[in-house]
Amino acid sequence: MAGLNNTKATPPRWLLAELSYKCPLQCPYCSNPLDYAKHNSEISTADWKRVLSQARKMGAVQLGFSGGEPLTRQDLPELVCHARQLGYYSNLITSGYGLSEDKIIQLKEAGLDHIQLSIQASSQELNDYIAATESYENKKIVARLIKKHGYPMVLCVVIHRKNIHQMEQILGMAEELGADYVELANTQYYGWAHKNRDLLMPTKEQYEKAEAIAQAYKEKVADKMKIYYVIPDFHEDRPKPCMNGWGTTFLTIAPDGVALPCHSARELPALDCPNVNDFSIEQIWNESKAFNFFRGDDWMKEPCRSCDEKDKDFGGCHCQAYLLTGDMRNADPVCSKSPDHHVIEAAITSAQVSALSADEKPLLFRNSKNSRKYIENNELQ
Amino acid sequence: MTLNPDLIVRFSAIHRLQWEEAQQKDVILYPEGMVELNQSSAEILKLCDGSRKPEIIVADLEQKFSTSGLQKDIFNFLEIALKNGWIEQH
Ligand code: SF4
Ligand code: SF4
Repeated sequence: MAGLNNTKATPPRWLLAELSYKCPLQCPYCSNPLDYAKHNSEISTADWKRVLSQARKMGAVQLGFSGGEPLTRQDLPELVCHARQLGYYSNLITSGYGLSEDKIIQLKEAGLDHIQLSIQASSQELNDYIAATESYENKKIVARLIKKHGYPMVLCVVIHRKNIHQMEQILGMAEELGADYVELANTQYYGWAHKNRDLLMPTKEQYEKAEAIAQAYKEKVADKMKIYYVIPDFHEDRPKPCMNGWGTTFLTIAPDGVALPCHSARELPALDCPNVNDFSIEQIWNESKAFNFFRGDDWMKEPCRSCDEKDKDFGGCHCQAYLLTGDMRNADPVCSKSPDHHVIEAAITSAQVSALSADEKPLLFRNSKNSRKYIENNELQ
Repeated sequence: MTLNPDLIVRFSAIHRLQWEEAQQKDVILYPEGMVELNQSSAEILKLCDGSRKPEIIVADLEQKFSTSGLQKDIFNFLEIALKNGWIEQH
């Protein structure tokens, strides 16, 4: 490949296996690409097993089965079993839709270690609205079954302007359902969330109030339930680090076998992300253009290049830089040193105006119809 | 939560202790995370198998490494392990 060979690259530790873009839910903040309907092929069971084996051999140990909805793949138990034999710690990242007690038992026997269940809100009405699918009552049943069968459980709730007022109730619900961990993930504005940003972004005051509630709760349940709070970066003056550093830890494989250095890297232009049908994981990790692109700091432009904080955040998120400034090599505009920082302020103002307006435009839900519409319009332009 | 010297210690059911060939280290795995262990921490945790009280762990390790005076370090580590949920006492 491209004649590059980065022997200094640290091996992958985390493999995210996005088994399928199919999903019965339609969350308007989904991190899948807007044009996912275009990438509808799925690699085979044998391909996945080969990928798992190769990545494990390099040192990957945490494995996430996600999607879309990973339960749509009938071979999930077989893949879990293969992963267990290889010594992975397997995490199932699911909406819980269609997860029966039999399946929970079958997956446990196959060697699944943990289930992360998403729930959209603490009330049925809002959960079912955000998911655009009746799913709330079933999710609660699934949560209890997960605990009944001895799994550790992470309850994941994506936070945005439509549910941020439920912070206290969300935490109460997590505690009541017996979650071992609750992840309060403030929406990251890529993919579908980027399109819906005006409707999803809370105000600074809302964030502050919600965070104070989460912090207080943390102390209250310290021994019982751990709370991870993913901070909203739009109101910070330094960006979040790009993972642990690009191409240092994380490897994502999309449903069609495309290997991505970051789960939203599909949105970045000209990375030529390689496919596992053409290359081994070792070649992909060490030699591909995509995985080497943001390794080290040779790629950096100013102000990052001469910045004394560049080892802390690696210039922030390249997907965010691309989406908001048009150049993925730019500093993440969240950074107050970025010459494009004003786009963040403009986004905050725009969301505020939208929140106050009497006729907000409707949310764009994540489904194949909307994805195809997006593809058509994009290709016409 | 503090260590109770009279209760048996058991490695947590929702964590996994495992040797990692690639890193040549024992690690603790848990939902979406991993802690790398040094050799002495790993030796202690391997004895948290639901059959030993803290003092027995100390005695067994002192015997294994033909040494003495490990109690303070081992109790300190068990305290941390308990706080992190790596071990349980019932
Ligand atoms: S975010 Fe919602 S729509 Fe997207 S994959 Fe997850 S459950 Fe499905
Ligand atoms: S200038 Fe670049 S490297 Fe420095 S803090 Fe901002 S984003 Fe990070």
